[in-house]
Amino acid sequence: MRPLVVIPTLNEAANIAAVVDGVRGTCGADVLVVDDGSDDGTAGLARAAGATVLRHACNLGIGAAVQSGFLYAIAHGYDAVVRVDGDGQHDPGFIPVLLDELARDRADIVVGSRFLAREGYQSTVVRRVGIVILGVLSALVGARVTDPTSGYWALNRRALDVLGRWHPDDYPETQSLLLATRAGCRVREVPVVMRPRHAGNSSISTVHAGFYMLKVILAVLIERLRSR
Amino acid sequence: MDTPFTYSQMYLLQALGVAFSLALIGFVVEAIRRNRLNERYAILWLAAGAVLLALSIFRPLLHWVALSLGVSYPPSLLFLVSFLFLLVIVLHYSLVLSAQRDAIRRLAQAVAFLERALDETDGARRRE
Repeated sequence: MRPLVVIPTLNEAANIAAVVDGVRGTCGADVLVVDDGSDDGTAGLARAAGATVLRHACNLGIGAAVQSGFLYAIAHGYDAVVRVDGDGQHDPGFIPVLLDELARDRADIVVGSRFLAREGYQSTVVRRVGIVILGVLSALVGARVTDPTSGYWALNRRALDVLGRWHPDDYPETQSLLLATRAGCRVREVPVVMRPRHAGNSSISTVHAGFYMLKVILAVLIERLRSR
Repeated sequence: MDTPFTYSQMYLLQALGVAFSLALIGFVVEAIRRNRLNERYAILWLAAGAVLLALSIFRPLLHWVALSLGVSYPPSLLFLVSFLFLLVIVLHYSLVLSAQRDAIRRLAQAVAFLERALDETDGARRRE
């Protein structure tokens, strides 16, 4: 299997070098950093750390960054992608674990879940409540996941083909899961441990967590109505 | 008839209405002439200007239309129609914005891929 590690980033100058180093230290996979229009030199730091860099000329949203990564993987003949966040929350030690599930052909999308094994960074209380509600919601709509907002994914070529063609915009994880499930992809979770981010602020503040939840729920409902 | 306005005041209002309509039409024509307004919007705004002009020149028109539709207070018909008109326009702009956002995304992604390919060929040339 020839995997590509895709790291979507926006202004992660403080973290990106450590994240790229961490990934390169763990596995021999190629690393692609998709810089979604940072203005703090993230792209240069990522390149210096040994990653290939795709740079969006303007900010397009995390969904577009992830999609660019998927399209790059398809265009360059990779047969799997591991999606790792650029803020250091995802311990690269789990990359081989996620890839192993793909190698055994147990799933087309493997999601690293914080909630299968309850250790490590579990996020703030508000966000935890939101994540639980979303878990119930995602169960209602058919994807069996405990951590639908996790961005720590491994995908095989089949899932890449589905999500490369069309990828949701703003808060893509839950919607992508639904979309892929409806297209016939098998989803499977494995437990991972996440860490609090190294430095800087998350793109989702606690204040906005409620709003985030509403938006995701709405997006999921709309996703069910879409014809694709 | 008892009216709170004098005739000169009413003519002043009418004159203002006509002037405003003409100004709108003039602005739209000028914008088209300078290539600052797309034709498909131009037609829309010219039509809006023409309707406003007709209503302000020929004042009983609004009353006739309103009464024949069973609207007892004619200005409320004007409010209703203009509200719906603006609502449809704003909705249309939302659709346009969504489509443009999608197009910008595709373009920026394509540029990112091209830049990357360019970097690779540059790098290869430099190594030679």
